[in-house]
Amino acid sequence: MAEKKALTGNEAVALAMKQIEPDVVAAYPITPQTDIVQYFSNYVADGKVKTEFVTVESEHSAMSATVGAAAGGARAMTATSSQGLALMWEVVYIAASSRLPIVMPVVNRALSGPINIHCDHGDTMGARDSGWIQLYSESVQEAYDNLIQAVRIAEHPDLQLPVMVCQDGFITSHGLENAEILDDETVKRFVGEYKPRFSLLNPAKPVTFGALDLQDYYFEHKRSQSEAMKNAGKVILQVAEEFKKLTGREYGYFEKYMLDDAEVAVVALNSTAGTAKMVVDELRQAGSKVGLLKPRVFRPFPAKELAETLRGLKVVAVMDRADSFNAYGGPLFNEIRSAMYDTPGPKILSYIYGLGGRDIGPADVTKVYDDLLEIKKTGRCDSILNYLGVRE
Amino acid sequence: MATLKELVKKPGILSPGHRLCAGCTAPTLVRQVLMAVDTPVVIGNATGCLEVSTTIFPQTAWRCSWIHNAFENAAATASGVEAAYKSLKRQGKIKDEFRFITFGGDGGTYDIGLQSLSGAMERGHHMLYVCYDNGAYMNTGIQRSSATPRGADTTTSPAGEKVPGKPANRKDLTAIMAAHNIPYVAQVSPSHWNDVVTKVKKALDCGGAAFINAIAPCHRGWRYPIEDGIEMARLAVDTCYWPLFEVVNGEWKLTYKPREKKPLVEFLKPQGRFKHLFAPENEHIIKEMQEQVDRNWEALLKRCGEA
Repeated sequence: MAEKKALTGNEAVALAMKQIEPDVVAAYPITPQTDIVQYFSNYVADGKVKTEFVTVESEHSAMSATVGAAAGGARAMTATSSQGLALMWEVVYIAASSRLPIVMPVVNRALSGPINIHCDHGDTMGARDSGWIQLYSESVQEAYDNLIQAVRIAEHPDLQLPVMVCQDGFITSHGLENAEILDDETVKRFVGEYKPRFSLLNPAKPVTFGALDLQDYYFEHKRSQSEAMKNAGKVILQVAEEFKKLTGREYGYFEKYMLDDAEVAVVALNSTAGTAKMVVDELRQAGSKVGLLKPRVFRPFPAKELAETLRGLKVVAVMDRADSFNAYGGPLFNEIRSAMYDTPGPKILSYIYGLGGRDIGPADVTKVYDDLLEIKKTGRCDSILNYLGVRE
Repeated sequence: MATLKELVKKPGILSPGHRLCAGCTAPTLVRQVLMAVDTPVVIGNATGCLEVSTTIFPQTAWRCSWIHNAFENAAATASGVEAAYKSLKRQGKIKDEFRFITFGGDGGTYDIGLQSLSGAMERGHHMLYVCYDNGAYMNTGIQRSSATPRGADTTTSPAGEKVPGKPANRKDLTAIMAAHNIPYVAQVSPSHWNDVVTKVKKALDCGGAAFINAIAPCHRGWRYPIEDGIEMARLAVDTCYWPLFEVVNGEWKLTYKPREKKPLVEFLKPQGRFKHLFAPENEHIIKEMQEQVDRNWEALLKRCGEA
């Protein structure tokens, strides 16, 4: 039976981890992910999980031990944020290329320097080409739901790819929200028992992980990794469909909010989408045809589906909570604009906002919609790359 | 103790056909280590000579499960494998009794991998970490490591006109590992195979984290005749440059005392990397190195209750 509970994003994720009950968790605490490790430590101390919990000395070792555990045939998880993900960086790539179905909640936080503990997406955007599937979560509910689905996605035999489940540091991770929580049995049934194809711990069939791969094979291995990512889209939708049957909650590549008849729209990840929905409601009441597109799946990038959805619009603003320092536009913007290249479609602008936890309020989002409506009216656009909410 | 004749009859876990250099002492040492293993084993390997030479895809020289992750994280990776084993065994999903052995060179162990090793040892995973110490980053072209002896000529501590080789002393990693208060720490040499096999057995059965430091002469980096590897290892032991001892639950014990302690020059002289030290202006370095070895040896004898 499902029940409603007031939970923070970190509590919800830790609870989902408890319900999934992985064989091994190897993790290191880092703000604002710390609660996840602490809550999980309590589950371990109270004997509520059978998980072997490895309290590693760094995030580099967290990912390394998780790779070792997954290669040992265990369902293995870790969690991180910001500098922690940056420190894992090297092994994050190895996890993906070793085709290990690791699931990792990431609480998004700005990267140093300067040091900052608050939310932006610089950390996971930096890892966007590491071969991990990336799911983004607007709310506590979505962080919880995505984590449970992530296990099934990662372990799908056509994929065998690691998954990051992202939520916004402090905003979602520490904000209390009502969420519908499944009972332990339902979660266990949904994720099922993990049956690894290869394990270091089968004496009848020894395996090698991490061999030296030279010019004659490396390229083929990377190509097959790419093919697995291509397969991921279909699997993500299949798992979402099953999850919908279980909970009634619908998940796809992205969520469309008042988009079908919209003329201008904003694209935004994670919690900002919640703020934008409120602004859309207000502007709609005032008679403006505005909408929102909230991507859930950033890797694999659902280019075709996004292009089809956005093609009828006049002007679109892609909001990035990360700068890519290419002096051209944010990472999400670049991918969306590239996806739209073959489609006669809207003018697309880049808005970089909220770095280092700079607050993004309804007034900021309203300003973006105002800009879009003005451009639609006049056809004049001064700047493709815009910085929102910064003192200049 | 099994005899050598019995031991060599065991099917070797490291097969012939690997691509390590002719005369390399690392595979000799690995074979000696694995002779002590009677259960299924998972081998972890840090990036290095041993790793790149034994597993060039699609081949492998290992007749067992084997994992390489990156350079600095072999111990952390093995922690994860051992954690998986503990978890799956507890759940009844695995019945076999496994052992876990990780090999790393001095670069991956003394230097870049020290944190990961320290963490794994402190947490007390039931695993043995074996460092094969050849005293430099041999795989990438003989660059100095913190295991490189003072005075050695390497490509990043070259003997030049102003600087006569590596200025700094080597790090005492075995003592650092003993300071972790783990159940078993030892130092071995492939010249003393019986000592290696005995110590590995003890390490594997100590019930917790174990560390063994092994000298592994490298003719490429040390520049001695290819066939003299084991002889060089023996000279390291007999000059007390590389004493053989163990630390069992904090108790230090000497496991081999040379009948006659040879002068350090006997170890230095055959090696091209120390050639420049024999120039008159550098002879003081040899003297200081000998004094350092003497001090270390005296301190070890005291620790082991032999002096």
